[in-house]
Amino acid sequence: MRITILVFARLRDLVGTPQLERDVAAGATVEDVWAALAREFPAAAPHRAALSAAVNAAYAKFSTPVAAGDEVAFLPPVSGG
Amino acid sequence: MPIPLLSITPEPLDVHEVVRLAEDAAGAGRHGAIAIFVGNVRGENRGRRVLELHYEAYEPLAVKAFGLIAEEARQAWPEVALAVRHRVGTVSVGEASIVIAAASPHRAEAFQACRYVIERVKQIAPVWKRETFDGGEEWIEGATADPSDAAARQAAYERACG
Repeated sequence: MRITILVFARLRDLVGTPQLERDVAAGATVEDVWAALAREFPAAAPHRAALSAAVNAAYAKFSTPVAAGDEVAFLPPVSGG
Repeated sequence: MPIPLLSITPEPLDVHEVVRLAEDAAGAGRHGAIAIFVGNVRGENRGRRVLELHYEAYEPLAVKAFGLIAEEARQAWPEVALAVRHRVGTVSVGEASIVIAAASPHRAEAFQACRYVIERVKQIAPVWKRETFDGGEEWIEGATADPSDAAARQAAYERACG
C-alpha cells in the first residue's frame, strides 16, 4: 500500500527531500515505515532513538499501524520558541 | 474570517495583535492582567555570533500542539485566555520568533500560564530552528517531542509556578 512520508529539519537534510511516496506492506506500523526509510537512507538510521512520529498530523507511537494513503511524519528533537 | 488564536506565520510578529487576540478571547472586563512572552533571536549562542535563524514547522501538527498546550493550561488556569503566534522562515537577530499572550482577571495566573505555554512549546511543538552563525550553520535540537510524557509536563508546570 502507498503512503506518504514527511521528514523535517536535520532528517530532511539527510534524506534530501521533505516528502516521499513509498509502498509498505499491509499491516505495517510506523516502526516498519521507519525501518524501510532507514534502509534506504542509512545516514538517518542512528537518529531513531531521538525521533517522534505523527500519522496524519496527529502525534503517534512507533507501534501505531498505518493505512493506505496515510501521511507518516518523522520528527527530530524539536527546537521551537 | 476570524484570526486564529494559535497560529504559525511567515510574517513578522505583531505583539499588540497577539495581545488583542488574547483580550478578545478573555472577554470584555475579564483581562485585568496580560502577561506577554516574546522570544527574540539572540545575537550569540554557545559562544558564537549568530547571524540569523531559520525556523520550520510541521504546521498542522504545530497548531494542534498549541491547542493541546492551551487545553492543558486551561485545566490548570481556567480563567486564562491564550493567544500564541510562532514565526517560520528566516528570522533576523533581534526579531521575534514567538509571541504568547495570556489574559486573565488576575496577574498570578496570567504569568504562570504564559510561562507554562513557552515551556511546553519548547518540549513538544514540531518546530525546528537552523542557526546560521559566523562560520557555518547547524540545526538546533532540543527535546524529543512526546506530549504524553507526564514528567515533562510536570516539569513545565513547576517552572511556571516556581
